[in-house]
Amino acid sequence: MNWNGITAIWRFEMARFFRSIIQSMVSPVLSTSLYFVVFGAAIGSRIPQIEGVSYGAFIVPGLIILTVLQQSIQNAGFGIYFPKFIGTIFEVLSAPLSAVEIVIGYVGAAVAKAVLIGLVILITSFAFVDMQIAHPVFMLLFLVLTSVSFSLLGFILGIWAKSFEQLNLVPLLVVTPLIFLGGSFYSITMLPPFWQNLSLFNPVLYLVSGFRWSFFGAADVPVAISLIAVLVFAGACLSVIAWIFRSGYRLKP
Amino acid sequence: MSSIVNVSGLGKTYEGGFTALHSVDLEIREGEILALLGPNGAGKTTLISTICGLTNATSGSVTVGGFDIREDWRAARRLIGLVPQEINLEPFEKVGNTVRFSRGLFGLPRDEALIDRVLKSLSLDDKKDERIRHLSGGMKRRVLIAKALVHEPRVLFLDEPTAGVDVELRRDMWELVDQLRADGVTIILTTHYIEEAEAIADRIGVINKGELLLIEDKAALMARLGKKQMVIELAEPVDAIPAGLMDFDLTRSDDGRGLTYTYEAGGKRTGITRLLAAVQGAGLVLADVETKQSSLEEIFVGLVHEGAA
Ligand SMILES: Nc1ncnc2c1ncn2[C@@H]1O[C@H](COP(=O)(O)OP(=O)(O)OP(=O)(O)O)[C@@H](O)[C@H]1O
Ligand SMILES: [Mg+2]
Repeated sequence: MNWNGITAIWRFEMARFFRSIIQSMVSPVLSTSLYFVVFGAAIGSRIPQIEGVSYGAFIVPGLIILTVLQQSIQNAGFGIYFPKFIGTIFEVLSAPLSAVEIVIGYVGAAVAKAVLIGLVILITSFAFVDMQIAHPVFMLLFLVLTSVSFSLLGFILGIWAKSFEQLNLVPLLVVTPLIFLGGSFYSITMLPPFWQNLSLFNPVLYLVSGFRWSFFGAADVPVAISLIAVLVFAGACLSVIAWIFRSGYRLKP
Repeated sequence: MSSIVNVSGLGKTYEGGFTALHSVDLEIREGEILALLGPNGAGKTTLISTICGLTNATSGSVTVGGFDIREDWRAARRLIGLVPQEINLEPFEKVGNTVRFSRGLFGLPRDEALIDRVLKSLSLDDKKDERIRHLSGGMKRRVLIAKALVHEPRVLFLDEPTAGVDVELRRDMWELVDQLRADGVTIILTTHYIEEAEAIADRIGVINKGELLLIEDKAALMARLGKKQMVIELAEPVDAIPAGLMDFDLTRSDDGRGLTYTYEAGGKRTGITRLLAAVQGAGLVLADVETKQSSLEEIFVGLVHEGAA
């Protein structure tokens, strides 16, 4: 393994992040705070408890997942798209680095950023709601797993995209709706049966549900299934990435 | 001399079906400076990219330092430094950081002293903390070279290192190449400038339309094709070459005013003095005398045209 190479990529990407740390942090923290104010405090005060927790606390895991997903896709997508766009990718591709090492470097950096932001939001949420985390270790594990799998997806998008518009299109058109319909702000048991069943096809549901379980010990779907769903999703992304490097798709003419 | 890069039967057909390289065979000797000359679209960059692993070959094989670029790609790539044709740099990065990054990619530990040395050799020592977008074009090109040198490659590919570079900087670049050669680095550079190849290369290869038309020692190439000519313009035309000048193997121009004498450039006995004495002896009056050297340019143009015909 070329660990120095992996570290070089990871450091380089993190440096980019810390150069604009204020923008990187302020925007997600501010927008989640707004969610808390609007949904948690203003509307939430009129909503009864869900699964035994106040609505304000109930949406915390969903909000964190929402942000971590968006950040993972965006960071990993941009991380690989940008060097491709300005041409500096050549040095990574001609260096003695394997595909696995390149992915660990870029995806590792994207995960680190996204998880960091997720934790900052978690800390912020304690300022708004009173809650306890039932399974903190599982919470962290789940957060990292989620971030890894969606960073892998972002990496694929970054390689596939031929323009910044394309890079932003998929998250906007596909991922954001999935996140909102994945039970971030409600329990799917609140939906009519047809929509409940349809929701089961939404991968984000399993993430939100599993993550919420780590907070409150209650979930829409069994935790084991959530875990399997994340692993399957990550596996699928990994196979696509393996194919990309083997075929040289949009990397090597 | 042992070879360090071995290209055999290398072919590259791009996805659209365009064949950029037709079975190229090339042996690069350790420690030499090889100039690859060729017009736009000849396939120079494609050849370099394939050796460096940036494009996948369609056929043939390449070894670098004895390592196959597909089987032993890690070992092969460790030996290679690449300075691309385009200036591909992150504008907001600092010089020092981007150079450090390049070294890390090759799996090497940090070495600030080495980075400082490389930057100094490129007169960039005062730019280490400068953002790349604040540098001039020539400086950016040198940053690219620094990035390619910082893992101490044995083979350096310079894809048009002096394109868009002013005369002074070009001289600096040539000096740098000389210095690298003294350190034992093998250098392959592509160029459109024949005088550049003439000035610094040990061997010259000519590529056109994806084929290596010729590869030869510069000195031998110049000697083989580098004749000099003296054109004598006469005040009065002559109908035939005068008898007294028969020994000189002259050619007469159609209008009878010009006589052309061909001789070995740099030869000890050029025969010019004898010829001029004989011209005077034949009673001819000179209007003008001109000498020409067939430059690489002409050789090159000739070859490319032959190839096209
Ligand atoms: N990615 C690609 N896809 C399709 N064709 C390509 C690609 N890259 C290069 N070519 C074609 O291959 C041929 C050789 O290109 P190459 O860049 O190797 O030329 P070159 O000798 O480096 O030219 P120049 O002196 O202009 O840099 C050109 O006709 C070019 O259009
Ligand atoms: Mg080129």
